[in-house]
Amino acid sequence: MIPPPFEYYAPTTAEEAIGLLQQLGPEAKILSGGMSLIPLMRLRLAAPRYLIDINRIAGLADIKETDGFLRIGALTREAELESSDLVRSRYPILVETASVIGDPLVRNRATVGGNLAHADPANDHPATMLALAAEVVATGPKGERKIPMTSFFTSFFATALDADEVLTEIRIPIPPPQSGGAYVKLERKVGDFATAGVAAQLTLGRGDVCEQVRIGLTNVGPVPIEAHQAEEVMRGKKVEPEVVRRAAQLAAEASQPSADLRGSVEYKRDLVRVLTVRALNRALERARRGA
Amino acid sequence: MGSQKISLKVNGMDHELMVEPRLLLVHCLRDVLRLTGTHIGCETSHCGACTVHLDGKAVKSCSLFAVQADGREITTVEGLEQDGKLHPVQEGFWQEHGLQCGFCTPGMMMTATAFLKEHPNPTEDEIRVAISGNLCRCTGYMNIVKSIQYAAAKMRQGE
Amino acid sequence: MPRTSPEVGGMGHSVKRKEDPRFIRGKGTYVDDLHLPGMLYLDIVRSPFAHAKIKKIEVSKALAIPGVLAVITGQDLARYNLHWMPTLMSDTQMVLPVEKVMYQAQEVAAVLATDRYIAADGAEAVEVDYEPLPVVVDAKKALEPGAPVLRTDKPGQTDNHIWHWQWGDRTATDRAFQEAEVTVQQEIYLPRIHVSSIETCGCVADFDKVEGKLTLWMTTQAPHAVRTVFALVAGHVGLAEHKIRIISPDIGGGFGGKVPVYPGYVIAVAASVLTGKPVKWIEDRMENLQADSFARDYHIAAELAAKKDGTLTALRIKTIADHGYTDAAANPSKFPAGLFHICTGSYDFKAAHVEVDGVYTNKPPGGIAYRCSFRVTEAVHTVERMVDLMAHQLGMDPAELRLKNFIKPEQFPYRSALGWEYDSGNYAAALHKAMEKIGYAELRQEQIEKRRRGELMGIGISSFTEIVGAGPSKHFDILGLKMFDSSEIRIHPTGKVTARFGTKSQGQGHETTYAQIIAEELGIPVADIQVEEGDTDTAPYGLGTYASRSTPTAGAAGAVAARKIREKAKKIAAYLLEANEEDLEWEPGKFFVRGTPAKAKTIQEIAFAAYTNHPPGIEAGLEAVSYYDPPNLTYPFGSYICVVDIDKGTGEVKIRRFVAVDDCGNIINPMIVEGQIHGGLTMGLAPALYEEISYDEYGNILGGSFIDYLLPTAVETPKWETDKTCTPSPHHPLGAKGVGESATVGAPAAIANAVVDALWHLGVRHVDIPITPAKVWKLLRESGVTD
Repeated sequence: MIPPPFEYYAPTTAEEAIGLLQQLGPEAKILSGGMSLIPLMRLRLAAPRYLIDINRIAGLADIKETDGFLRIGALTREAELESSDLVRSRYPILVETASVIGDPLVRNRATVGGNLAHADPANDHPATMLALAAEVVATGPKGERKIPMTSFFTSFFATALDADEVLTEIRIPIPPPQSGGAYVKLERKVGDFATAGVAAQLTLGRGDVCEQVRIGLTNVGPVPIEAHQAEEVMRGKKVEPEVVRRAAQLAAEASQPSADLRGSVEYKRDLVRVLTVRALNRALERARRGA
Repeated sequence: MGSQKISLKVNGMDHELMVEPRLLLVHCLRDVLRLTGTHIGCETSHCGACTVHLDGKAVKSCSLFAVQADGREITTVEGLEQDGKLHPVQEGFWQEHGLQCGFCTPGMMMTATAFLKEHPNPTEDEIRVAISGNLCRCTGYMNIVKSIQYAAAKMRQGE
Repeated sequence: MPRTSPEVGGMGHSVKRKEDPRFIRGKGTYVDDLHLPGMLYLDIVRSPFAHAKIKKIEVSKALAIPGVLAVITGQDLARYNLHWMPTLMSDTQMVLPVEKVMYQAQEVAAVLATDRYIAADGAEAVEVDYEPLPVVVDAKKALEPGAPVLRTDKPGQTDNHIWHWQWGDRTATDRAFQEAEVTVQQEIYLPRIHVSSIETCGCVADFDKVEGKLTLWMTTQAPHAVRTVFALVAGHVGLAEHKIRIISPDIGGGFGGKVPVYPGYVIAVAASVLTGKPVKWIEDRMENLQADSFARDYHIAAELAAKKDGTLTALRIKTIADHGYTDAAANPSKFPAGLFHICTGSYDFKAAHVEVDGVYTNKPPGGIAYRCSFRVTEAVHTVERMVDLMAHQLGMDPAELRLKNFIKPEQFPYRSALGWEYDSGNYAAALHKAMEKIGYAELRQEQIEKRRRGELMGIGISSFTEIVGAGPSKHFDILGLKMFDSSEIRIHPTGKVTARFGTKSQGQGHETTYAQIIAEELGIPVADIQVEEGDTDTAPYGLGTYASRSTPTAGAAGAVAARKIREKAKKIAAYLLEANEEDLEWEPGKFFVRGTPAKAKTIQEIAFAAYTNHPPGIEAGLEAVSYYDPPNLTYPFGSYICVVDIDKGTGEVKIRRFVAVDDCGNIINPMIVEGQIHGGLTMGLAPALYEEISYDEYGNILGGSFIDYLLPTAVETPKWETDKTCTPSPHHPLGAKGVGESATVGAPAAIANAVVDALWHLGVRHVDIPITPAKVWKLLRESGVTD
């Protein structure tokens, strides 16, 4: 319950933070929201020797649409994302995702960047970012580079970020008109991780034909999963109940859940199927409305 | 590892403290500043008994290090009453029997006060979501909701 | 209709709580709020193994940390014969082990340090060498021949069986079953749960070496009993009862979890006695969940016999009680299964028999710490599930079956087949009220229509009878201490009152409700009455607050003491008015001469006279003490109806409505009673749908933190609808019964019955709680139902 000792740094620029990462090496950990890291430290399951608190770096918490992208600063708090007028009006899938992360108090501190960089497959943003075909901006000593979501999660609790890089921004290509998305999560109670969660984002062409669809799955594998075969079976077809049903079945088959206190493997897999139907139906509704 | 100096403004009063980086904000408030109104109910960041305001936002002080609050403003339950006048939320909890053992109450009230500032006219369901990071064992939440509705009404009337 | 004015605030008034001003300002004093000069901190090293020999405890690394003063082990305590202590059921319990540990998270050593951070570092640095032993986790397997014997410390213990207890007429019951037209059987498992008050347990022990006095601030629901236990157990190290002061300050929830004496308290006392310094021990949440007293863990096999027309004839129950490694449940000593034999419930059974076998396993000890009135939740859950099962089996409406079999009002006082004398009840009235409030007939109609469309909706009833107010000295004691309770009331010259009681509120509002009792009896305004509890140096001896006993025992004592005062006040009034006592009448707050109301003396005037002008021949002062030995228990009751809708896709159970009609007799403060019911319902919801503590085959706890031990938030908690009926207790001085645990006792069965009702047509007959979405999903898919 009491964390082990550490040395604390609070850089005020990204460059400073990167310099510290280089200098302090692998025993340094970035502290952003702290809602995952600090509880781990209190349980002594994480014991970084150096903590680099990036919360004082300015300019990393903007939300804006420019150049065809929705750009979210990595230090954007979940509460800010949830309440942003821009996000609420044009990206309800992000509101649905943010609003089920932890609880309202957690959301006042937890950051979007942290939710991704921590790489817990139980976190909620990864599935949604996969569904939105997002990319992250990694800033390091050599400058910025973009990492697509599809290659961001390398393994259990591991990302493609280099040891001396800081995740500074998330970029979501602004969906075309007639697009809609939804995030559906089953949790045992508020604040729990997902028993399973499904993010679906689709774009319709004429006559309800699926021009594009992406489906991301939460907490049913060692990494966040994109249900490629489910997507394949939908692309180019009219989005009808039978197509949705088949996609949901394939999404379930793409999942690799582990049994735990939330449920058995069979339950979680079936849950993916059920939630995929619901997410796709809601995404469809929104796409039809053009939201 | 060594201590460092931090400056905190707590309930309007400035404090200069030497603290270990690992000192949790909740322990700083309770054990160093002896403001024991903020409580501890778990160590996994679930119960919300430790809720305070950090620069006006309701946060769990058990999941923050005191050093993170350097140069910032903190309000605890002890700071709700101003010049002998209870905050409408405090009044609401008293009038509507929103507490029994009182242990979750400071955290609940800190969450409620921050929430009502941004949402002056909430629905019951919005209130329940707002307090879903604060656990209570005694009240079953019914009267806590009523207490917050009482306070909201008073605050809308400009008190 | 209250007899007193709102300003006086006697019974029936929803007086705003007198304790609130400090709580709403964050000025309560809970144990962890205490800072004493020179105070040291204790942190406890705990076993990762459920059953293991201790080969070696290496403390040098811990002692090398600056600020760590000592590491206390079982060997250290053994020198003072403090390494074992008695439990409240006269079994024995380790304070710190010497030979072996018997459950995961058991206390193994304690680190004493100058601050809590260093104490934690010290605890981390203690190295313990264990040799794992075979683990016994399954209560049924624990009784099989050849199972490893756990209590090798108990001479003559050759197996894991603790006791066998039975009650009722076995012959008559067996015969009733043989002759029965219909029988139903069901195995019901009530898993371990943990009450998890938001404040964990802890203490500050402060031994004054010069005075030889121990002051122990402690999260305890029973300070006097604890004081006596310490005096008996530690008398040989110099603690004498008149030099022990237990102070139970503000307590952040008890619910039974703060009745047992945990090792941490004893170690802190020992540390303070040895060092002469104050020592604080506060457990963290995971320690609380993993090591402190649990509740339930009853493996129940129940059978119900009836006639085809639905007349219930007999009840037969066999239970295996998993007690963990020692019997440390805080039951009254004659009743190792608590008041489980209230299980005939609200029904007029002619025959019943119940037997319980207690079993040792490698788990923490306990058994009744979750707002359950000494196993009454287990009893009610069993009978209400069985009655519902019988109704469905017979194709009878569950409300109709209950109404047919309820004990009728004219049968009270009612002697049950298991020997309890119920004081009063009107079960049909409560159920009818609940049915009307929820619109029962319309709901059944809706259910039929929904079922046609393949939608799953269920209605569940629980018509419980509670049994509280332990208890009459004839049958009730804890470690020999009789279960009376007490009140000491003193009126000061200026008419203000100080009143002390032997109970201890942990949120029940005694500072208000006890004042209201005195206000009712004496007409003195509640604002002028100061109620105190919890300091054994000043409070009269009592057995504490748990099992909903306060109003029935200490509340009664308060009324009796106040009446004694009124008797003396009458004498003083007669003297002051120069009248005969027989000519005086009382109305709240004053005596007056019959026929001449202007000739009156207020209680305040009488109080002043008691010190300045008391009648010759009687003593000055105006005070009284009552030690109240209740003549019987009291029997609150109620009917709850729950409506659920089940999501066929996810298995989620959504509670659409929940109506609770409670009867606790005469009510002191309606606002407080309603609050108790809201809280109790939520602690009934929690085990019904969310909470469970379980173990894997190695004795590793599953659900040992809030990550997996799921306390409901305001979002999960339904909007409870409450109402009441009022059937006073004929034997209680105020006609009141107590109500703190009724809702926790009655609610789980209503929810479970609703779920089974929703799924009955699919072939489902029973679901054990917690009824998780995963469980429901499995039942649905097994019966071919999908979304």
